[in-house]
Parts: sequence; structure tokens; C-alpha cells
Amino acid sequence: MKPTRAVGVIGYGGYIPRYRIDAAEVDRVWRGSGRKEGQSFKAVPGPDEDTTTIAIQAARNAMDMASIDPNELRAVWFGTESKPYAVKPTSTIVADAIGALPHANAADWEFACKPGTEAMQAAIGMVGSEMARYAMCGGADTAQAKPGDVLEYTTGAGGAAFILGPGQESVAVLQASTSYVTNTTDFFRREGQEYPNHGQRFTGEPAYFHHIRSSVTQLMEDIGAGPGDFTFAVFHQPNSQFPLRVAAELGFARDRVEPFVLTNMVGNTYSGAAMLGFAKALDIASPGDRILLASYGSGAGSDAFSYEVTDNIIEARKRGVPIERYLRRTKSVDYAMYARYRGKLRPN
Amino acid sequence: MHFARSWRQQAANLRLVGSQCTSCKKISFPERIRCTQCGSTELKDHRLSGRGTIFTVTRVFEAPRGFGSQVPYFAALVELEEGPIICAMLTDVDQKDASVGDKVTMVTRRIIAHGDDGPIIYAYKFTPELEG
Repeated sequence: MKPTRAVGVIGYGGYIPRYRIDAAEVDRVWRGSGRKEGQSFKAVPGPDEDTTTIAIQAARNAMDMASIDPNELRAVWFGTESKPYAVKPTSTIVADAIGALPHANAADWEFACKPGTEAMQAAIGMVGSEMARYAMCGGADTAQAKPGDVLEYTTGAGGAAFILGPGQESVAVLQASTSYVTNTTDFFRREGQEYPNHGQRFTGEPAYFHHIRSSVTQLMEDIGAGPGDFTFAVFHQPNSQFPLRVAAELGFARDRVEPFVLTNMVGNTYSGAAMLGFAKALDIASPGDRILLASYGSGAGSDAFSYEVTDNIIEARKRGVPIERYLRRTKSVDYAMYARYRGKLRPN
Repeated sequence: MHFARSWRQQAANLRLVGSQCTSCKKISFPERIRCTQCGSTELKDHRLSGRGTIFTVTRVFEAPRGFGSQVPYFAALVELEEGPIICAMLTDVDQKDASVGDKVTMVTRRIIAHGDDGPIIYAYKFTPELEG
């Protein structure tokens, strides 16, 4: 899939809360061992942070890089599975905070961990059809997990925003995109429930791996490219193993993938995960580089994109905030503070 | 619940929109209907940059109702680079970074949530500038 008019990313930005908890600390509380399998931390939202505040900061950083009038945005679309309001859009708050209202479409997207890339495809279509000059999309989450569940070791917080616009203004121009979607129940959260449920090992082969392999294989066929044609590849990252394994299965060299697997530093940021990895890749890419982005959302589906980086990236990056700055800005918390910040402990 | 009041304050809370006098150019925050410097009633909206320095700061341990989940927190007077001095909470800050004269930047955070079923008020706080 690609529009007839050239479309690309004209600005991007990410945000990661500064608090971190060590997976060994989670293990100490629930298993009593404090075991440590390599370095593994996850980002924890502060007591005044949620998906909306994360999305706002990512959107502001993207706007600073794009350096456009917010009134020219015709869409502000954010994907999340941790909406602060069940009914009331997060995106209207984000759009208001960046000054994009009232003449813009604002909506929240949902597809487990991949609504942000769905919104990206829609934004590409909107700009590609000339319904809009610019459209913003993004993904952000404060990922939920039942206390003591295996998910709690990795569920993090963060997000990223991308502004799509005309190809000639872009830092990375879209070459093509695909989607591969089936009705596969591997991870879900029922209405009114606080925490998601997952199918343990079933979330792997028939879910994550099958869908990403399918979307990426189709994309490469569509554009006549192979793994060696991509400088970098970014995959959804529920943990640090899955993206490296699917990359190897598809034939991507490990060193083209591993720098953008942020899970050991910030955890699985659900809707933000693949998008933060993509932002990190754009932070270090050179003009002419080709970047593969492949998301995954339970339920299940994967969106794949091929982008080619342009000369505009050099100047644009001077106006942005590198993801690395948020990765370096850390403050450790123990399980008690984590429980308090995540609202598991409440004052009278 | 204060639907109308929070709705009226959204431009200030989310975008730091104040006023600029068209006559003497004085910038005010929050929005004014009369210039405090020359008395003119000809003012226009003015969006502040969100960059400033800490004018004075204190640490709050006994918070007003609704803010208990955030204690202890820093409350400061922040002198914005355009001139106005505003009262705001600091966030993501350690004691060593909360001193008079330190540079801070505006961020949007949850200020208060009215129970589990009431509206959430998002507004400005200030945080140390991100290190390069």
C-alpha cells in the first residue's frame, strides 16, 4: 500500500518517564530471589503522569522538530490501551495542548499494541489523498500488568508521535506499507477489568511471530526488497528476545536491529514500543538509509512500513529531542514506590 | 466537579496562554482584561514559551485535599522569560535541582483527579531542563 502522492515523516518525538524499576526488584517481591537475567529495567510513570501526559510531551517534541503551524494539522490521532478516560478522547487533550484545535480530527485508536501504526497508515492516506497537508499520529501507554504476573517484569511507560506530511518536506519518505490481520485471541483486557490477560506461550508463535513474519514478508515482496536492503529494522518489542528472534528468522542481521530494542531499558511500552524504536532509528540514521518498521498488536495484527531517510533529517534533528536523552534520564525506585506511583497504594 | 471553571482555564493550563497589552506590550499571566501596567483594555492572547527560572521554592509535605498522592512535592514561583512570575508545582525534580535560579521548562501533568469517577485536570508544572 502506498499513496499516489509522496508522503513521509516531517517530524517526530518521543517521551519516556524518568523513573525505573529493576526487574530483579519485581522478582524479589514476588519470587523472593531477586534474580537478574542481564540488565533489565522498565520505565515507571510518575504520580502525575499518565498516557495523556506522555502523548502530550511526545507530540510537543514532534512539533518542535516539524516546526509547522499547529493549525495546519488536520488530524491528531493517538493509539493506546491505557486511556485515562474510558469515554472522552485523549487526543482532544493532546491536540489542545499543542494548539491544533478546533479544525482538526481528533480520535483515539485501539488495537492492543499497534494502534499507533494503524493511525500512521490512516495519516499517510489522509496526507496522500491531499485531504490534509499534515496529520499527527502516535502511540503511548502506561502498560498494565497484574501484580506478580510475568508481564509485570516488563510493562513500562512511554510513547512517540509522528507528523506525516508531503514527501518533499520529509525526513523519511514512505516507500510502502502492509497490514496482516487475523482473528487471534492471544492477549486481551475485558471491559471494566484493570489488568490484561494473556495466553502465555500462545502469544509467541501463532501470534507475534506469525503476524510479523507475514506483514514483513509481504512488504518486502511488494517493494522487491530483501533484508539486506534495510539499514535498520525495528520490530515490536514485548521483551528483548522476540524482536531479535523474528529478525533472525526474517534474515535481518542482529546489529541492524538490536540498537532499537529498548525493552531492557524502558520495558514494553505497548502502543509506544515499536514507535519509540522507530524514533531511535531516525535519531541515528543517515540520508539514504532505509528503515523497516513492523508493529504487532494482539488480537491480532502487524503493520509493516518501509521508509527512506532524506537529507532533511540533518537539519530537523537539531530541532528535536533525541530518545537517548530520555534513556539517560533515570531515577531508580523500589517496588514500594513503584506500587505507589502506579496507584496500587493510595493515601486516605 | 468544576466543569465550567476547568474548561475556561484550559488555554492557560495546557498552553500557558496569557495576555499581551497592545498598547505598552506588557505580558501577563494568567489572562487579564485590563493591563496592570498602563490600564489599557486592549489586550490580545499571548502564548508564553514555558521557559523560566525558579524565583523561590518550598517543599510541601501537608498538601491540600486531592494532592495527597503527590507529597512531598516542590511548589515554586517561576519567573518566565517573558516576565510574568507564576506559582506552579515542580515535577521530576530532586532537591539539588530545585534551587533559586535553576532553569525550568513547562510540562503538562495531572494536577488533580476528582475521585475515581470525576474529571482529571491537566495543567502546567515545571521540570528541570533536559540535559543535552
